[in-house]
Amino acid sequence: MRTGLFLMMALLLAAATSVLALDTTQLADPALQGRYLALTHELRCMQCQNESIADSPVDLAADLRNQVRDQLLAGKSDEEIRNWMAARYGDFILFRPRFAARTAWLWLAPGVLLLLGAFISWRIVRQRAQLLASDSDSVDEDQRS
Amino acid sequence: MNRFYLPLGIFALLALVLAVGIRHSPDKGIIVSPLIGKAAPRFALPDLADPSHVIDSTALSGRWYLLNVWGTWCVECRAEHEMLLKVHTSGRVPLIGLDWKDEDDRAQAWLRQLGNPYELVAVDRGGRAAIDWGVYGAPETFLVNPQGVVVYKHVGALDESTWTREILPRLPAAPGKG
Repeated sequence: MRTGLFLMMALLLAAATSVLALDTTQLADPALQGRYLALTHELRCMQCQNESIADSPVDLAADLRNQVRDQLLAGKSDEEIRNWMAARYGDFILFRPRFAARTAWLWLAPGVLLLLGAFISWRIVRQRAQLLASDSDSVDEDQRS
Repeated sequence: MNRFYLPLGIFALLALVLAVGIRHSPDKGIIVSPLIGKAAPRFALPDLADPSHVIDSTALSGRWYLLNVWGTWCVECRAEHEMLLKVHTSGRVPLIGLDWKDEDDRAQAWLRQLGNPYELVAVDRGGRAAIDWGVYGAPETFLVNPQGVVVYKHVGALDESTWTREILPRLPAAPGKG
């Protein structure tokens, strides 16, 4: 009874996901299929702008997915396909910004901020430790006033 | 007092970065085309008026033209059609249409019904030429100079202010006006 119910739920779920999948492209070569999925998930749908072309139901996204598929089958590298897209739609189409003079701060800022944070916390900890050492005098001082 | 300088400095820096970001944020999600200043992508597509005739975009170079991407399925294209007719009657620059992912008979009926502002209409049924031009939503209009370089792109319906403020100043002076 219980297993039957689970099985039914699993089947229903499977049916639901297959309805939701709008991109049914299946490349014969599993390695190409993997690259296809990775690429279509990191290219922006220019019409919806917050969806990847893999997730977008609009016509243009389907056209761009076909481009990715055709170019993969033609033996193009991932970088060649990204460049091809960026030459037409600009860097905006790449969800993963490239490292360039213009985007350097974007890539470097997290590291710089982390170092800055570490420096600030190190200073605070050191100051508190010094306060602790001179604690006995200052407490008396405070209580008197 | 000294301990406030650092957070204040960080705040000021953040405010500066965000202010620059807001200033430079694209208007209404309009994306600057990487094509500006580059050679117009080439296409060879059937002519809407006579599908046996092929329009080769290289034959267009040597003069200024506006490439207007449209389709009968596109609501904004109907809204801008009036303006396109005005551009056509002004005689300042020829309009070349790119009929994007459309049906020929519908497009022909549309032009018969609303008037035809285009000198030529190239039919891009598969949408491949539109991708080469970085089109992401009709209508889009490109201004191409005689050297075949894209000098300006407008996304959305062409209106009076875009025509007078962005396109006319880029064109050479009208003949007769000096």
